[in-house]
Amino acid sequence: MTQRKAVALISGGLDSMLAVKMIQEQGVHVEGINFFTGFCVEGHTHAIRNRDQTKPKRNNALWVAEQLGIKLHIIDVIDEYKDVLLNPKHGYGKNMNPCLDCKGFMVKKARQWMEANDFDFIITGEVIGQRPMSQRKDTMPVIARESGADDRLLRPLCAQHLPETLPEREGWVDTSQLGAITGRSRHEQMALAEKWGFRDYATPAGGCCFLTDASYSKKLVDMWQHRGNREYELDDIMLLKVGRHIRPNQRFKLIVARDAGETSYLKGYRKQFTHMAATSHGGPVTLIEGEPTRDDLELAARITARFGQGRNADLVTVEIHPVGGESVELSIPPMPASEIAQQWYV
Amino acid sequence: MKYQLDATNLLCPMPVIRTQNRVAELAEGDILEVRCTDPGVLHDIPAWCRINGHEVLDQHRDDASIIITVKVHGD
Ligand code: SF4
Repeated sequence: MTQRKAVALISGGLDSMLAVKMIQEQGVHVEGINFFTGFCVEGHTHAIRNRDQTKPKRNNALWVAEQLGIKLHIIDVIDEYKDVLLNPKHGYGKNMNPCLDCKGFMVKKARQWMEANDFDFIITGEVIGQRPMSQRKDTMPVIARESGADDRLLRPLCAQHLPETLPEREGWVDTSQLGAITGRSRHEQMALAEKWGFRDYATPAGGCCFLTDASYSKKLVDMWQHRGNREYELDDIMLLKVGRHIRPNQRFKLIVARDAGETSYLKGYRKQFTHMAATSHGGPVTLIEGEPTRDDLELAARITARFGQGRNADLVTVEIHPVGGESVELSIPPMPASEIAQQWYV
Repeated sequence: MKYQLDATNLLCPMPVIRTQNRVAELAEGDILEVRCTDPGVLHDIPAWCRINGHEVLDQHRDDASIIITVKVHGD
C-alpha cells in the first residue's frame, strides 16, 4: 500500500502539533506548512524588546516541526494577505481579525500546495467551539468549501464530531483513533501532550496573530485613517508592534522606543523617517510619521525628552534629523507627564 | 558552487523564508552563505536546516552582521 501524505497547517501552538502526531500515529507521512502574514506573533517581536529577552527566541513553528520530525515549509503571504484583511467576506472578529476568511485563505493555499506536491489531504489543529469565529461547527464547513479543500480537509482533534472526510472514507486513517475534542477547555489537549511527552510548547494567549489584539488593531485603524487609505507595507505593520504611539494632532505621530531593544530596532528606520533622540541625556529614539510643522517637531522633542533620563532636568538637548535634511539641535524643557494627554496615546 | 544571500535588515522569519526559497533552487552539495542582522537567525536557520536535512557549516559575526554557511543536502 502506498503511504499517504498529508500537509498540516502549523501555527506553532499545541493543537496543530497534536493533530500532526495523531495522523503520524496512523502511518501517514506529514509535512508542515506555515504562513507568514506579517501579523504573526512569532519570533521577531521577542527579539525586539528587552523585557522579552528571557523568553526563548525560537520560532515556534520550526520548534514544533522539529519535535515532530517533519519538514516545514514557511510561505511568505504578506502581499496576498492584504486582500484577506482589507476585504473579508465574513467580516472581522472582536478586533481587526478576519479569522474565518483567514482560515479559508490558509487552507486554500495549503490545498494548492497539496496539489502541486502530490499530497493527499490537509490537516489542521482546529477544535469545534474553541474560537468564536472560525472554529464553530457551522463555520468549519465554510472553510472546507471556500478553500476548495472540501472533503480532503481533516480536523483530527475533533474528527469524530464532523462528517466523514475522504481520508476516513478511503481508510487512510481510522476515525476511531481520532479525537472527539470540543470546547475551550484544554484538558484533553494537555492530556495528549502529556501522553506524547510534549513539554515546553507555546501557549499564545488570544491567537496566533496581532490582529486579535485590541491595542494593535486600534493602531492599525488609526494608521489607515490618517493616511486616508488602507494600503500598507510590511514595515508599516511591523512598526505598529513597537514603541509607544503618540498622536498629539492630525499632522503627525511619534513612535517612541520603550527600551534599548526597541531603540536599536527603530534605528534601523533612520533613513526612512524623521527621527530624534536626546544628546544631553540617555533616552529613546523617536520616529516621526506624518507632516509635522516646526512647532510640532518641538513638541515631539519635548515628549521624547520626557521619556529619557533627562525627564526631570530643566533643559534637554534633542537632536532632530529630518529625512534628507540638515539635523538641528533643540534645547527644550521635557514635557511633564501630566501634559501628555491620555487621548494622544494611540 | 558557492552562493551568497543578503538577508540583512530582515526580521525572522523572513531570513529563513529567503534561505528556504534560495536553497530550493540549488543543487546538492552547493554552499549558501546567508548574511543577516536579526540575531534570531542564529536559532532559526540552524533549526530550519536540521528539519529539512541541510547542514550548517559555520556561523560567525562580522561587524554588524551574522553569516551562516549552509550546505545543501538532497532529499
Ligand atoms: S488569529 Fe490571526 S492568523 Fe489566526 S485565524 Fe485569526 S486572523 Fe488568522
